Amino acid sequence: MKKGLKLKVNGQPYELYIKPKTLLVEVLRDHLALTGTKRGCDSSSCGACTVILNGMAVRSCSVLALQANGGEVLTVEGLAKRNELNSLQKAFLDYGAFQCGFCTSGMLMSATALLNENPKPTKEQIKEGIDGNICRCTGYNSIIRAVTAVVKGEYKEAK
Amino acid sequence: MSKYSVIGTRVHRVDGPEKVTGNAKYTFDLVLPGMLYGKILRSPHPHAKILKIDTRKAERLIGVKAVVTGKDTLGRKQGIWRRFSELCDEEILCREKVRYIGDAVAAVAAIDEDTAAEALDLIDVEYEPLPAVFDPLEAIKEEAPQIHDGVELNINITRHIEWGDVDEAFEKCDHIREDQYKLCSQAHVCMETHDAVASFDYGGKLTMWTSTQSSYYIQRLLADMTGLREGDIRVIKPHTGGGFGSKFELDSAQFCATILSMKLCKPVKIVLNREEEFTATKRRTPMYYFVKLGAKKDGTLLAKEVRAITEGGAYTAMGSTALYLTGFFSSFPYKYPNYRFDGYRAYTNTSPTSAMRGFGAPQSTFVSESQIDMMADDLGIDPIEIRRKNGMTPNYEVPGQAYIQSCGLHQCLDKIDAYIKERGKLPPNHGIGVSAYGFMSGGIFNWFDTPYAFSAAIVRINIDGKVDLFTGACEIGQGSDTTLSMICAEELGVKLEDIRIHAADTGICPVDLGAWGSRTTLMNGNAVKMAAADAKRQLLEFAAAKMGPNIVYDLDIKDQWIHLADRPERGISYFDIVKEAIRGKDGETIIGRGHYTPHRKGMISPAYSFGVQAAEVAVDPETGRYKLVNVTTAHESGTVINPVGIEGQLEGAIMMAGGYGYCEDQPMDEGKILNPSIADYKLIRSLDMPETEILEIDTYEPEGPFGAKEAGEGLTNPTAGAIGNAVYKAVGVRINDLPITPEKVLRALKEKQKKSK
Repeated sequence: MKKGLKLKVNGQPYELYIKPKTLLVEVLRDHLALTGTKRGCDSSSCGACTVILNGMAVRSCSVLALQANGGEVLTVEGLAKRNELNSLQKAFLDYGAFQCGFCTSGMLMSATALLNENPKPTKEQIKEGIDGNICRCTGYNSIIRAVTAVVKGEYKEAK
Repeated sequence: MSKYSVIGTRVHRVDGPEKVTGNAKYTFDLVLPGMLYGKILRSPHPHAKILKIDTRKAERLIGVKAVVTGKDTLGRKQGIWRRFSELCDEEILCREKVRYIGDAVAAVAAIDEDTAAEALDLIDVEYEPLPAVFDPLEAIKEEAPQIHDGVELNINITRHIEWGDVDEAFEKCDHIREDQYKLCSQAHVCMETHDAVASFDYGGKLTMWTSTQSSYYIQRLLADMTGLREGDIRVIKPHTGGGFGSKFELDSAQFCATILSMKLCKPVKIVLNREEEFTATKRRTPMYYFVKLGAKKDGTLLAKEVRAITEGGAYTAMGSTALYLTGFFSSFPYKYPNYRFDGYRAYTNTSPTSAMRGFGAPQSTFVSESQIDMMADDLGIDPIEIRRKNGMTPNYEVPGQAYIQSCGLHQCLDKIDAYIKERGKLPPNHGIGVSAYGFMSGGIFNWFDTPYAFSAAIVRINIDGKVDLFTGACEIGQGSDTTLSMICAEELGVKLEDIRIHAADTGICPVDLGAWGSRTTLMNGNAVKMAAADAKRQLLEFAAAKMGPNIVYDLDIKDQWIHLADRPERGISYFDIVKEAIRGKDGETIIGRGHYTPHRKGMISPAYSFGVQAAEVAVDPETGRYKLVNVTTAHESGTVINPVGIEGQLEGAIMMAGGYGYCEDQPMDEGKILNPSIADYKLIRSLDMPETEILEIDTYEPEGPFGAKEAGEGLTNPTAGAIGNAVYKAVGVRINDLPITPEKVLRALKEKQKKSK
């Protein structure tokens, strides 16, 4: 039996009709074609599928889409304003904070959630903020430098 | 001021904007109209005969479009060592026998993944379990079960390397050490698992999109296995989520998707799940090492004898190369006058072992860097000093093996020495261990038996001055698209943004062997440089005709300005000459070609990079737990083309190599991997990551493009050894089997206490 789902994703409202066991990540990737959100483990341990649901970072592979009913989701596709990258994205480019890019969406979303909650995190808090996200390429330190640069105000947000 | 405009500058990755916006499309993201989803049934037995496979129930399930088994294949065996048919031993879809838990026996294509998964449960496979063997030391015994017909004692490959007179040299040694080591397995853990979309059309042509380190190898191996002509197969590599050595052999996703698609003439997508990724793809080779090392009192190393027995798993894969390289790099980075290596790779009923970043060298470097420290300790010599005394120098010939041109090992030793002295007295239970290493810049091997040049590139200049660069090189995250674009821009004298790279699509790009063995910057870089120089020469012919300079002047291009090399102010716009040249060529675009295959460069590699690493640990002697405090590396890789890229390679290697020393392992029970999930497979996360510092050393490699050499895999070699040596410095215990877990440290500490009582 399919059920109705109302969801706002990156500001856009959607109404869908889904199987109750459908995961949030499946709605995003397979129904809405927002493939920026990745799947790395399907067991909530790699962080590649991280999105922000009602202001909180969640692993979208471990959330039923219906649990998000009526909610607001922010994915990596919602970070850039029109064609301008936001501060974190610019910092990731400047500091080489990604290589293969497969963890990058999740990493950006964890960092975004961290900065929303705590705009002035210490280095240790940044490390904690991304500890649930695995990056097999960079060794994390460039990511930490990129987030630190944003914290220090090296970037101006586009209005 | 640098003589270069692009090389050595800090640039954004050319694939960067797509990646930070989530817009980059990976094979994982691809959906084609009418596409079906495939799943693979795998053996639950480590060793068994297949008596019968009944697929009828699965075929009847609504939504299932095809079920295939080994009977639907040509029954060929494949392997990447194509020159040697006996080493091509993997059917991928097994017909008569399975040899490890994870071997594929059937595959299904259905309208969605759930249906495909349900169908797998409906396939009945009748097995007759056979006795199995898991440890290489057991596998080579007379009574062990035979895993492959005709392979006696399960010895898959043997390798012998020797120079000098080892036995005589040991007679002259003042001190000899004999030690044993055990090296663990390691999983690549690419964030994107192995995946493929195969689309076979009614015209008999196959297109494949896949996450790979070599689109050419996959094209060629698929041709071998399907009977299709190479030219009827087009392999396209979209953005790829990591490789680390796991993605340049033909894998089960690629092969099964192809067989299913050929049966249906519809696109079929197969994505391995994370458990399959851990259990049914290949992994780092576990090894037993038995080493004898002899030295004079003053620390001069006279002789080394190494015996390695390696766990091959069920198939050859890249195991032959890993065995040879572990043997060769056991002598690195020192000038042993007398050296002998005997390596044996044994088949076992475990998942096959193969290439992984460092390719046998992380194993040998852990062993040799641990042992040389012990030797220094025995002789009362400083660890840096013993390395200085024996370390390789420029223009050194490894007898009968390799010729080393540039080598900055001694500068690296000096920098690390200074760093340690500056660090001064350490807090209690802290220790700094050092480890020296070297690695190759691409292999001079052609076991694949390609008739093509190892690397090639085509440069096309369009009417607006924009440049299309075509190359078979594979960007897998390491940054090759950016580095090669930089080389092209520099050589051609244009800006980085003038270049658009088209890579790793066998339909439009010239062949490149792929991203492995740290070959891309040097080999493909040389091809790109040559192609750009060819295009540039054509432009300069028109420019010279137009400008009519005195014959003593030659022309060059820099920053889009064509000018007299000695009088840069006298010139003409690059864009104007491009337009005129194309008009002058009767409307033909300017096309430059380049290719590179190393010749007369020894047997291993055209160039070698070197470095020295210092790792600091803080050990808690109560629990054995320790923290990686800092890892500082002095590394030389010739001219630095892409500094942001090199920093990323260095830091990233520490995550992976630190994990190899510190926590990563794949324990097994009767051939079953016990931790096949990211939750259970421990790897270094951000909170465990040490501080990292990089001390760059200037060298210039004559064989490399603009003097560059590798900076990818070599960095994976030193860290485990440095950690082991640091733990010893901190609390006085030595762990000879990886990983160096707190449990092992604690046990060794207790052992030590007992002895001192």
